[in-house]
Amino acid sequence: MDYTLKELMTICAAREIKNNDIVFCGTGISMLAAMAAKNINAPDSVIFFETGAIDSRLEDIPLAVADPRIMYHTSANGGLMEAFCTMQNPLSGTRIVGILGAAQIDLYGNLNSTVIGEYDAPDVRFSGSGGACDVASFVSRSIIFMKMEKRKFKKKLDYLTSPGFLDGPGGREKAGLPPGGPDKVITDMGVMGFDEHTRKMFLIGCFPGITPDQILDNMEFEIRTDRAVEIAVPTQTELTLLREKCDPHGLIL
Amino acid sequence: MKPEDNKVMRLQDAVEKYVTDGCHLSIGGFTLNRNPMAAVYEIIRQKIKDLHVYAHSNGQGVDELIGGGCVSRLEIAYGGTGKFMSTCIRFKKAVQEQTIIVEDYSNFQMTLRFLAGAMGIAFLPTRSSLGTDIINKWGFPKAFRKQHDRIPNQKLVVMDNPFDGWCDTKKVVLVPAITPDVTIIHVQMADFRGNCRIEGLTFADVEQAKAAKRLVITCEELLDDDYLKTDPDRNQIPFIHADAVVKVPFGAYPTACFKYYDYDATYMKAYARAAKNDDAYQQYLAAYIFDCPTHTHLLDKVGRRRVESILADRNRGYAKHLDRK
Repeated sequence: MDYTLKELMTICAAREIKNNDIVFCGTGISMLAAMAAKNINAPDSVIFFETGAIDSRLEDIPLAVADPRIMYHTSANGGLMEAFCTMQNPLSGTRIVGILGAAQIDLYGNLNSTVIGEYDAPDVRFSGSGGACDVASFVSRSIIFMKMEKRKFKKKLDYLTSPGFLDGPGGREKAGLPPGGPDKVITDMGVMGFDEHTRKMFLIGCFPGITPDQILDNMEFEIRTDRAVEIAVPTQTELTLLREKCDPHGLIL
Repeated sequence: MKPEDNKVMRLQDAVEKYVTDGCHLSIGGFTLNRNPMAAVYEIIRQKIKDLHVYAHSNGQGVDELIGGGCVSRLEIAYGGTGKFMSTCIRFKKAVQEQTIIVEDYSNFQMTLRFLAGAMGIAFLPTRSSLGTDIINKWGFPKAFRKQHDRIPNQKLVVMDNPFDGWCDTKKVVLVPAITPDVTIIHVQMADFRGNCRIEGLTFADVEQAKAAKRLVITCEELLDDDYLKTDPDRNQIPFIHADAVVKVPFGAYPTACFKYYDYDATYMKAYARAAKNDDAYQQYLAAYIFDCPTHTHLLDKVGRRRVESILADRNRGYAKHLDRK
């Protein structure tokens, strides 16, 4: 079956979303993954935006979290205050799955989306946290999209924008954060998870044609690969729904 | 309505009166939606300098203010417009070349800071960002903060929950209030006194409006006295906060305005291309800002066909068939 890496990554993320999950999504592939889940495997999941829209119909794919397409046919149109309170409040926040991306990630799933180099004299400046740090601070689990590259899977982040497990077991608690943290990392070569005891990243599986060694070659730090299984490829139904229902004009894919 | 209640002004006059060199400014909207772009272009046209800007995730407006050379200091959560600029390009360049100083917060923190300003309280607490570099790394060092009495002495403060673990909370982060000299927002409807109706998401516009010493409102439709009061549940900002009201149809263009028009993907892509190159950017500034005495001239330059292509479908609130490729 023919599919692109982007389609495979989107579907891998969508499979992590369950019915009744409230899905926080950002821009681009993360938005598409939320739409794919809704159209394929979790029709009763609820799409949620930091800008204040909840349960948007999304007839057309938004290109930003403030796209007017997210404001159509929602349960309520509020603002940033409503959205972030929903995340910080454990009564609703623990039901939220965050989907995030970043420029760098470390062994414990901490993310950098602010700078490369020194903070006050950066080599490269990125967009900054936006709502990412808030989501990573508050919600019970998050799915992270990353491209497999040595400069992205870093031993030490240049800037820690969004908290994962911080320095390991008990790190979040010590810092004063609610429980939660990263759940999966979806890359262009395979999928990673986090060990429930050590909180370290490990390889869940490789995409077809990719070996664990190839993945390790694209990381600055080592992860365990002994639990790796093969990732199921997208089915025809998944692909058809993704292409025809979610992104028919190929704006993201 | 008494004549003195009438706050309607020309955009040139409102900007000249309320946005001055070195002032602290916040603008409403979010990334590619309801940024007060006509006002942003007027600020650039008037060559206002040394602004201290507060924003959560204003993409287009903040990038153009930086590109226009108006900004010295920026407190922000996010500089991007989604697909068109994943990181705002003039913002990126200015930070890397250190021509502006930036202080980073999260979106929730910036929203809380505006709310604190609107509440008249010095700070508000949150649990966001504990253990991160948002807490550890400061763009405005302590010594710099000491020199500027308009900037609080600390970026933020982590403290133990004084209510001993109440609500399962051990620590909180306190973020300081923002009270801008002026906030500028673009809304769908306003009346002569400055009552406002926003359709779709309000983002943090209401908090930003109420936190500011002066509020300048640009609007798609300027309504007669009392019209908005016939349906008050749909209004968000009462006139008591307003200082100037300016009618500017397409005043958020090229960003979107729910139920009125979509973002102009063609403009935003062309902007991103120009922003990558200093010469091309100077040509953009000349052609679209300095050679256009008003926003109407800019719209004329873009052309009727493009403007019509983004008109919103009234049922959906956006242009259903807009080509966004």
